[in-house]
Amino acid sequence: MSGKTAAIKKKQQTYVPQVSLWKRISRSGSLYLLMLPSLVIMFLFTYIPMYGVVIAFKDFTPAEGIMGSAWAGMKYFKQYFNSYQFWTTIKNTLIISIYSIIVTFPLPIVLALMCNQMAAKRFKKFFQVSTYLPHFISTVVMCGMIILFLSPSHGIIAKLLSYIGITLPNLMGQASAFSSIYVWTEAWQHVGWDSILYIAALSAVDPSLYEAATMDGASKWQKLVNIDVPMLLPTATIMFILRTGSIMSVGFEKVYLLQNTLNSSASEIISTYVYKMGLVSNQYSLSAAIGFFNNIINLALLLSVNFISKKMSDTSLI
Amino acid sequence: MEKQKNVVSTGIKVKKSGTDRVFDFFLYLIAFIIILIVLYPMYFILIASVSNPADVSAGNIVFLPKGINFKGYRKLAEYSQLWVGYKNTILYTAAGTVISLIVNIPAAYALSRKDLCGKKLFTVFYLIPMFFTGGLIPTYLVVKDFGLLNSFWVMVLPFSVITYYIIVARTFFNNSIPGDLWEAAQIDGCGNLNFFFRIVLPLSKAVIAVIALWTAVGQWNSYFNALIYLRSPELQPLQLVLRNILISNQTISSMATGAAAVEAKQMADLIKYAIIVISSAPIMCMYPFVQKYFNQGVMLGSLKG
Repeated sequence: MSGKTAAIKKKQQTYVPQVSLWKRISRSGSLYLLMLPSLVIMFLFTYIPMYGVVIAFKDFTPAEGIMGSAWAGMKYFKQYFNSYQFWTTIKNTLIISIYSIIVTFPLPIVLALMCNQMAAKRFKKFFQVSTYLPHFISTVVMCGMIILFLSPSHGIIAKLLSYIGITLPNLMGQASAFSSIYVWTEAWQHVGWDSILYIAALSAVDPSLYEAATMDGASKWQKLVNIDVPMLLPTATIMFILRTGSIMSVGFEKVYLLQNTLNSSASEIISTYVYKMGLVSNQYSLSAAIGFFNNIINLALLLSVNFISKKMSDTSLI
Repeated sequence: MEKQKNVVSTGIKVKKSGTDRVFDFFLYLIAFIIILIVLYPMYFILIASVSNPADVSAGNIVFLPKGINFKGYRKLAEYSQLWVGYKNTILYTAAGTVISLIVNIPAAYALSRKDLCGKKLFTVFYLIPMFFTGGLIPTYLVVKDFGLLNSFWVMVLPFSVITYYIIVARTFFNNSIPGDLWEAAQIDGCGNLNFFFRIVLPLSKAVIAVIALWTAVGQWNSYFNALIYLRSPELQPLQLVLRNILISNQTISSMATGAAAVEAKQMADLIKYAIIVISSAPIMCMYPFVQKYFNQGVMLGSLKG
């Protein structure tokens, strides 16, 4: 088809929408082919399980299947709400995630501001590469390191502390220490990586702003407070809003690995409880109900923060 | 320029550079402390893994290794489950990366095309799972129904479509493949598929690298799917083997008593240090060379497509 006829066709299409829809669909045909693998996989393994959520409202037994099992109404939701684990899991989830936000939200900003002030190029590069590095340690290895380092009898931290006369208690066995261990090791591992976004935002600052400030006799500190910080505010606001949107979803992997019988009163969170109820105790319906409940709360939170961020900054996920 | 200004207003400038010098002093001091905090634990693991086990557990190793030996590593060589895990992880990583590219990149390109009919609808289809999922048990049941439980494919196929990757790649295509290019190719009689494979892909090496690296690192480090969906030891990936040794304290050598028990405990710790080094080394060594791709990816992710 030559360009000219295509152009004419295009014009015609705008006048005759019924024809154009077919034309457009058939012309996009091969583009659909490009999407096909991902559409199929997503439908099978993400959308069908969404339908599977109905087992939360049924007395599911593997023998009868999803369709065949009898309806149970809200039975399993009530069972969860009335169980002693209900408040424990919600409280622990909230404590860990709020504590995380307080620590790991501001630190990447501080790191980026520091990075931006470094005039020594080589040192700056070294600083960046070394702070990014822990991000690539796997969760399993990370938790292994935490347990090794915090061991009161063999761990390096206990030894270093013993030189100044402090005895390290068995932190892994104390429920009260759990959230601190989780959050500060999280900071150690990811703060450098999370600062990339802010470093990028700072690199977009117009250099003439700094020059003008220098001419006016501003010190480095003044430039940092009056140029860099305001420049980071929009990015920081969005990141903060997104973080609060996921406040009820603490990742399963690390908490599960750090959990033991001694600290479980502080470390049992919703996602670990869902796993244990479902795949360890085989209470499929109860587990699906808890997961569904958590999902709905997450959805509500995400949609509301999405709405807020749209209002405030024209930036949103949808 | 600095010099010039010094000449113009000497008095003020000296005082200014004074406060700036204090600022710089604290800046570099704090940066140095941060580097120390970040690197020391990793350095310690490295030196502990080659030191005399008795010295490690007595806390004599702080800055330099003592009694250098490779006992820990030699013990690991005998531990076949670890190497089975290593082999599996390499297979999962390779297959997972290829599949991830095959499913995510073409979808992202199709979505980036303005003339795609039903673009909004498809975008919503990909976005919904970011907000709502079936949850652990329903997903588990579906995987089970498809007979994928305890198979190679469950590790690489069902969860290969990642909306975030599609968004990142789509942003890249929107920004880097000009619309004129498609129009020009169309005039020359080039179809969609031809255009995608012959022209778009060669221009998109950067974003392909980003997605490939993300998937590879994710596969290498993940243990969740293996924990849920795999049972047989011969399918277990490296991370699950690591979990058994590092977290569940599964011992490699048989139990002993008395002095031998103390030695066995020391040896067990040494093995842990060595295993951490062995399992993390590939990614740590690769990272500095591919760092720029990771940074690019984060930037792309932050742009709105």
